[in-house]
Amino acid sequence: MSNFVERAHRVGREVASRHVDSVDRDARFPRESFDALRDERLLGMLMPRELGGESATIGDAVAVAHALGQYCSATGMIFAMHQIQAACLMRHGLSSEGLRSVASRVARDQLLLASATTETGVGGNVRESICAVQAKDHRFTIEKQASVISYGSHADGILATARRSPDAAASDQALAVLLAEDYTLEQTSGWDTLGMRGTCSNGYVLRAEAPLDRLLPLPYADISARTMLPITHLTWAGTWVGIVTDAVARARAYVRAEARKRGSAPPAAIRLAALVAGLEAMQGHLEAALARFERASDSPDKLTAMSFAVAMNALKTSTSTRAVELINEAMLICGINGYRNTGPYSLSRHLRDAYSAAIMVNNDRIMGNTSNYLLVLKDIPELNA
Amino acid sequence: MSSLSNQVREILAQGQWLKRDLETLRDDADLYDAGLSSHDSVNLMLALEEAFDVEFPDALLKRRTFESIQAISSALSQLKIDAPVP
Repeated sequence: MSNFVERAHRVGREVASRHVDSVDRDARFPRESFDALRDERLLGMLMPRELGGESATIGDAVAVAHALGQYCSATGMIFAMHQIQAACLMRHGLSSEGLRSVASRVARDQLLLASATTETGVGGNVRESICAVQAKDHRFTIEKQASVISYGSHADGILATARRSPDAAASDQALAVLLAEDYTLEQTSGWDTLGMRGTCSNGYVLRAEAPLDRLLPLPYADISARTMLPITHLTWAGTWVGIVTDAVARARAYVRAEARKRGSAPPAAIRLAALVAGLEAMQGHLEAALARFERASDSPDKLTAMSFAVAMNALKTSTSTRAVELINEAMLICGINGYRNTGPYSLSRHLRDAYSAAIMVNNDRIMGNTSNYLLVLKDIPELNA
Repeated sequence: MSSLSNQVREILAQGQWLKRDLETLRDDADLYDAGLSSHDSVNLMLALEEAFDVEFPDALLKRRTFESIQAISSALSQLKIDAPVP
């Protein structure tokens, strides 16, 4: 087990699991978990050592999200969303002085970063913006009707998309790095949902003013293809596999307890064998996608290839769909004890949280993009491609 | 201006994906900045495959190949497009 994963399990075991019920019940931000993640210095892990981070890999971040997801889905998901922003900064921002200093603050002060990509009026298409960067002298302003900024009011900074200038096309976007002192948030919608309640994914009007050197130099289209899209799908999948891992652990514990009581395998033991195979397949898919990302990681050409986007999209749609199916299987194994809201075999929260996976960035939208690519893509994927 | 880039311009004009005036757009101008979305770019590829009767190999199916009229023309010439297709 890597040192990162050990630290993540410590946060999960000692903190996140103790507060998960109230986070879920009250739909509140898991602040105890994030205090503990700061104490373990896991928020800055991706940043380079010379800036105070630990030069961790994306694989390390995925493994931490997976560990956290086993204790509290919201903690895992918020950690994942933070690291996606941190990765954009780390991979595309270190050449600029202003952004380098933000990166070093993320590492040294363990800042929590959120994201404002969705906007009211673009129909959920994050690759288009209505709001625009308005530059004046050495500063810029943005006013964005952000339909969702997960944990927005708990974050220390927000990465926001906007059109590069007032006369830019909707798809000509820049990514701005904003710190809490640069913006105000006016809440426009709340977050009372079936599951994943602790992410507090409220809507806000974001009003910001910051120095011009806080705009990432690379167009958002490239940042999205090279970093945001693959790392989102990888870290999210890590969290979801983590939720399933705990559901499977509960089903296994239930079957073991039943077997001891009866002195022989209960009927549900057969289902457990299939469930474990399902989890293996899910983990294998994630590991393969991660290996593929790592092979492409330094090559803009490979990262912007259509076949790569198809592979990352497939990870998202497949993992999110399988998560619900496998937790449902685990619930059938645990029976009434899985259906209960309380007790060591309860799977109610796991199932409710897992339902968010196919909805938040809707699988239909992602499959729409993939099917569009498949109109021109002709590859027959080889093993170890 | 080569005849190839003129044909590419014609296809871009028919597709109406760009938010900017094609007449004033240089051959090396970024088409994504000019309003071409990632979704549009697939339709552009389909239109090019149809017009030039070619199939882009997967190695060419990346953002950079379709980023400008010049890049598209050079990809097409790689595919050995010699004669303009009526």
